[in-house]
Amino acid sequence: MGRTLAEKVWEQHVVRRAEGEPDLLYIDLHLIHEVTSPQAFDGLRMAGRPIRRPELTIATEDHNVPTVRGPISDPVSRVQVETLRKNCAEFGVRLYPMGDAGQGVVHIIGPQFGLTQPGMTIVCGDSHTSTHGAFGGIAFGIGTSEVEHVLATQTLPAYRPKTMAIEVSGTLPAGVTAKDLILAIIAKIGTGGGQGYIVEYRGEAIRALSMEGRMTVCNMSIEAGARAGMIAPDETTLEYLKGRPHAPAGADWDAAVEYWKTLTSDEDAVFDTVVEIDATTLTPFVTWGTNPGQGAPLGASVPDPQDTDDPAAAARALEYMGLAAGTPLRDVRVDTVFVGSCTNGRLEDLRAVADVLRGRQVVTRTLIVPGSMLVKLQAEQEGLHEVFKAAGAEWREAGCSMCLGMNPDTLAPGERSASTSNRNFEGRQGKGGRTHLVSPQVAAATAVTGKLTAPADL
Amino acid sequence: MDAFTTHTGRAVPLRRGNVDTDQIIPAVWLKQVSRTGFEKGLFSAWREDPAFVLNNPAYEGASILVAGPDFGTGSSREHAVWALQQYGFRVVIAARFGDIFRNNSTKMGLLPVVLPAAVVEALQSAVEADPSLEVTVDLEGRQVRWGGEAVGFEIDDYTRWRLMEGLDDIGLTLRNADDVTVYENGRQPWLPTTV
Ligand code: SF4
Repeated sequence: MGRTLAEKVWEQHVVRRAEGEPDLLYIDLHLIHEVTSPQAFDGLRMAGRPIRRPELTIATEDHNVPTVRGPISDPVSRVQVETLRKNCAEFGVRLYPMGDAGQGVVHIIGPQFGLTQPGMTIVCGDSHTSTHGAFGGIAFGIGTSEVEHVLATQTLPAYRPKTMAIEVSGTLPAGVTAKDLILAIIAKIGTGGGQGYIVEYRGEAIRALSMEGRMTVCNMSIEAGARAGMIAPDETTLEYLKGRPHAPAGADWDAAVEYWKTLTSDEDAVFDTVVEIDATTLTPFVTWGTNPGQGAPLGASVPDPQDTDDPAAAARALEYMGLAAGTPLRDVRVDTVFVGSCTNGRLEDLRAVADVLRGRQVVTRTLIVPGSMLVKLQAEQEGLHEVFKAAGAEWREAGCSMCLGMNPDTLAPGERSASTSNRNFEGRQGKGGRTHLVSPQVAAATAVTGKLTAPADL
Repeated sequence: MDAFTTHTGRAVPLRRGNVDTDQIIPAVWLKQVSRTGFEKGLFSAWREDPAFVLNNPAYEGASILVAGPDFGTGSSREHAVWALQQYGFRVVIAARFGDIFRNNSTKMGLLPVVLPAAVVEALQSAVEADPSLEVTVDLEGRQVRWGGEAVGFEIDDYTRWRLMEGLDDIGLTLRNADDVTVYENGRQPWLPTTV
């Protein structure tokens, strides 16, 4: 019987397999940041253990960093960032600190440097590590105990998850983005639908996506409960990778490409579960509730809780969101628009926002936060920042920012946002804040009208 | 981590599904660089509501959390586990758990017990009716018992053994360090390094 892509990559990384034990998996790349690593370094120090392979580890400062120039004003955040610096210096880990041209959100910088490659195993103390699966590797989030484990051993004990294929047939209609697609997928399978699975996204609509769009899709696998999402590498992948600083070059490139070409699910491979989606039926999609599965097409209305799978949860969500059932989503007024995060903070996203904002004015507070310093530089080289500023939006430094509100970029209680990030949980963007997850295009159009809006409505 | 064999204590019913780790401990609490003091952040937004179940004095000192399905979804923050443990919980019972949360729990010795949704609801009703009800979670016998009830649960042998012995995963892996070296010697030379 043939093997799935996930099975091939997994098998390639098994260091040790013993009856009645989880597999011991080798980890090719370990990304760390300031929030989930300090206790892991403490653990190493207490046990007197070194990092086994510091050169397979990379660190950045992203969650706490301010997105306006200058030092970190919150002393607790500052200590956390300084702790990362000390730990990286002590243990010999390459760090991209605030202000460095290579700094950025952890899941943006890996691909941007060419460190994220097909067939690799990649982990990070962050659930959106699934992003890196867009290149055809197995990438998943881990907790701090596991961060320590990887630092000490460059391996992780793990049971192989089941496999799920999400087949997206047809092509996405004009104006429908990778973000709309993944929001629709999560609404369909639910926030727990992917629990225990590695998802492989397949089909015509997936093949047609750019690498940036594929990263947006894989990024939100965890919002459907799946620890990892992946897409088989193809010409689009190779084109993106070629020439990046850490990508193989010369004869190494040829050898790598030869191997990468084997990284597809075999024709006769069998998935444990198959989900089918027809891309041609999709429209811009937004969330109305307090988990990413509580979403609907922008053209729909806020649902009646009785019509949902879990009426009690939906009623609670509407109460928190301050929404009445039956209200057209296009009538929902928004105070703040946030463009950024590891879901939609890449150059392509910023270009899409600029295309909508060009020659228009925003009527909401609008924060545009590039996912990395390199994205910022590239956007400025294209003059996108001028478009943003002319429209009245704020153009910021790179970081996680309002995606989770650990820095000063937060919502006030009751404040409502349209956000290109990935989580609309209660209080995620600031205590009492209300989040609607949207695509960059919808975010930009919403900033122009002050209500949830698609560019086609303008 | 502390070994876990059997635990008996009182239980708190948390009748909500999809309790994500941002609710268990909001991001503002994650700035600490130490491993202690997270109990103050546990459900901190919800605890401001006097009607929230953890504010009910009848459940003070309870050590078993009986939650709705999909407990611990979302962010990978292990701080959620630390907060629950430091608050005094030894066990969380739910019909389904977020994968990363469940993994983090077993690394720390917080026992995640999966029971069918109907059983979880029955247990919630039982502790609502009688908050002083003693519940026993028997990892050795893979069973939860309360009143006259006894319900089995599944957990893989390896994780159970590790929890019962209180073993540290890193120490176990380092026993196989030679296997890691052998594997490393066979890795493709073109795989990237970060330097
Ligand atoms: S941008 Fe948001 S989701 Fe991504 S790593 Fe930062 S906080 Fe996490």
